Amino acid sequence: MATKVGSKGLTRRQLLSRATVAGASFVVGSGFMAARNAAWATELTALKPTTFATLVQMARDIYPHDKIDDQYYVKAVKGYDTADMAEEIEAGIAALDAAARGKGNASYLDTAWEKDRVAILRGMEESPFFQKVRGGLVTGLYNQKAVWPVFGYEGESYSKGGYIDRGFDDIDWL
Amino acid sequence: MVAKFDLNDDSIVVIIGTGAGGGVLANELAQKGVKVVALEAGGRYLPEDYINDEWDSFGQLAWTEPRTTSGDWRVAKDFSGLPAWIVKAVGGTSIHWAGASLRFHEHEWKAKTHYGAVDGANLLDWPIDPAEMEPYYEKAEAKLGVTRTGDRPGLPGSNNYKVFEKGALALGYKDVSTGRMAINSVEYDGRNACQQTGFCFQGCKWGAKWSSAYTDIPRGEATGNLEVRDHVHAARILHDDKGLASGVEYFDKDGNLQMQKAKIVCVAGNSIESPRILLNSHSAMFPDGLANSSGQVGRNYMRHMTGSVYGVFDKPVRMWRGTTMAGIIRDESRHDPSRGFVGGYEFETLSLGLPFMAAFLDPGSWGREFTSALDSYENMAGMWIVGEDMPQETNRVTLNHAVTDAYGLPVANVNYTDHPNDVAMRKHAYAQGAAVYDAVGATRTLPTPPYPSTHNLGSNRMSENPRDGVVNKHGRTHDVPNLFISDGSQFTTSAAENPTLTIVALAIRQADHIAGEISKGNM
Repeated sequence: MATKVGSKGLTRRQLLSRATVAGASFVVGSGFMAARNAAWATELTALKPTTFATLVQMARDIYPHDKIDDQYYVKAVKGYDTADMAEEIEAGIAALDAAARGKGNASYLDTAWEKDRVAILRGMEESPFFQKVRGGLVTGLYNQKAVWPVFGYEGESYSKGGYIDRGFDDIDWL
Repeated sequence: MVAKFDLNDDSIVVIIGTGAGGGVLANELAQKGVKVVALEAGGRYLPEDYINDEWDSFGQLAWTEPRTTSGDWRVAKDFSGLPAWIVKAVGGTSIHWAGASLRFHEHEWKAKTHYGAVDGANLLDWPIDPAEMEPYYEKAEAKLGVTRTGDRPGLPGSNNYKVFEKGALALGYKDVSTGRMAINSVEYDGRNACQQTGFCFQGCKWGAKWSSAYTDIPRGEATGNLEVRDHVHAARILHDDKGLASGVEYFDKDGNLQMQKAKIVCVAGNSIESPRILLNSHSAMFPDGLANSSGQVGRNYMRHMTGSVYGVFDKPVRMWRGTTMAGIIRDESRHDPSRGFVGGYEFETLSLGLPFMAAFLDPGSWGREFTSALDSYENMAGMWIVGEDMPQETNRVTLNHAVTDAYGLPVANVNYTDHPNDVAMRKHAYAQGAAVYDAVGATRTLPTPPYPSTHNLGSNRMSENPRDGVVNKHGRTHDVPNLFISDGSQFTTSAAENPTLTIVALAIRQADHIAGEISKGNM
C-alpha cells in the first residue's frame, strides 16, 4: 500500500498524525520535514515514512549544500523505495539509529546537530550501506539538471551555438 | 561504394579497432588500394548523435564491458571495474580525446639513453630515430588540422585559459599558449571551426575536433577498399601451421562466431584489449599467447603520470565554457633530474561539468570539505597534469580467468602501481599547479587524483631486440611476420605528451611499410 508523505498528498496534519503512529521520534524529527512542508511530496511504496525521512537527512548530511532544497535530496534517494530494496534500507537505517542511540540520541533524526550526525556517519562510513547511499548520491544528486543552476553550471550548450558569442572569454576580473 | 568482402577472402588486411590507430591505418591502406576489413566492437555515432551531457554521453560511448583492476593505484579502489575511460564506437577514443596534439621531445624517443638506469623501471629506447618521425608528424598534423602547425592559427583563449595563462606567466613560465590542438580554429578540411561549446570529451557536435569517426573512416569507405563491420567483438587471432596469422575469429552482431580470413592482421584495440586479444589467442604453437615469446605481451603498461589541480577564486571563471584543453604550459616537460625525477610533464587546461566533477574531484569523499568545493564550482579553474610514467614489467594487462565477458572470454585485469619517479613527479606537479593558481589569487587549491585512464600505452611495446618487447620499429610483431600492432600499445615509453598525434603518425608510417611490403611481394 502506498503511503503518501508530504503536504501535496496528505495534509500536514495527516502527515504528522501518521508520523506519530510511526514513532514518537518521527514527530520530533519531523521538524525538518515540517519546516519544508511545502517543498516536496513523495509517495512511498515500500519504506516506512520514518525510514525515508531518515534517509533524506542522511543524504543531506553526506553531501550538505545549504542552497539545495530537500526536494532534490528526496529525489536522489527515492530509488531506494522499492520492494526489492526495502529490507536492506530498513536494516541500514536501523543500524544508523542504533549508532545514534549509542551516542545518547533517541534516533538519527532525533540527533539535533549536523556535527553530531556527521560523527555518527563517520563511524559507519566503511559499511556497505553507507557506501551504497553515498555512491548513489554522486549521480542521484549531482546529475539532476534542476540542481545545476544552483552551482552556476549551464549544461548543454550546442543548441545555443556554444559559447563563442556567449561569454567563453568574458572574464573581467583578472 | 562501400566494400563488402567475403569471409574466405584471404587477400584481406584485417584491422581490429577503428580509433586513432586502426581508423587511420584502415584509411591509409584503402587509399593505397589495399583491401581492408576493420572490425569494431562499438556502433556508429556521428556529430549529430553526440550528447552534451556527461553521464548520457558516457552511457552512449564508453567501453563498459567487464574489466578488473589490481595494484596500488587509487583507480583500483574507486573505480575497480573501470580502469580506463575509453570509447567503444567506430572512431574509438578519437571521439573522446581532447585534441591536444604534441610531438614527442627528441630525448623522449631515447629515454634509457637520456635517463640512464632507473631502479624498478624497465626503460628502453624506441627503435626509431626521431628524424624518421619528422615527415610522419607533419603528415599527421596536416591530417588532423593541428593548430599552430603549418599555417593554421591557434585557438582563442577561454576564461579557464586566461586564468591559467596569467598564473603561469606570473610564475615565470615562458612556453604558454592555447596549444597545438586538432580542433579547428578556422574551417579546415571540410570541418567546422570550434564554436567554444565545451563537451570536447563527449564527442564534438560541430566536427571541429578531428576524429577518425567522420574523417578517415568514411574516406576509406569511399575508396571501395574498406569494409567496416561494427558491433562485432574480435575474439582471437588464428594462425596456420607455419605460425603466420591466417584470420580473426569474432562474434558478430547476433553473437555468432565468424572467421574472417586474412593476409595480414593489425591489432588496434587500445592497450588493454590489444594484449588481451593476443593472450586469448594462445594455441599449441603459442602456449603463452600470440607474439609472446618474449613474455612481454601485456607488460610495461603505462597510463601517464596524471592528476588535476583546481583553483577556487572569489569570482566566477565558468571553466566549462569553451574548448576543454586549449591551454598548455610546456616548461616542465623538459628532462631535468634536479627536480628529483627523470622525464617531464605538461600542464593543460581542463574542465569537468558538475556531474563529473562530483564523481572525480575526490572519489569517495563526503561532507562539507567536499561540498564546499563544489559550492564554488562556478569560481573554479582547472588544469590537468600529464607526464611520462615509468614502464614497469609488473604493471601489466593479464587475463582474469575468474571473470568472463558476454562471450565467455576471460577479461583483462589491469595491474598498476606508481613508480617512485611517478610519485615524485606528481608531487612536484601538484605544487607547481597550485602555485599557478595562487599567483592569480586563488582562495583554495585542490589536487585531484588520476581519473580512469584515457592514455593507455605500452602493453605490446616496440623494441630493437625481440627479447625486450613485442613489435619492431614498424609495429610488426617479432614472432609473427604478418601480425602488426597499430595502437598506443606499441609505445616503448610514454613520453610526456598526449599520445594521439604519435599514434596517428605511427599508423601513417605503418601503412607505408605494409603497402611497401605488399608491393615488393614480401607479404
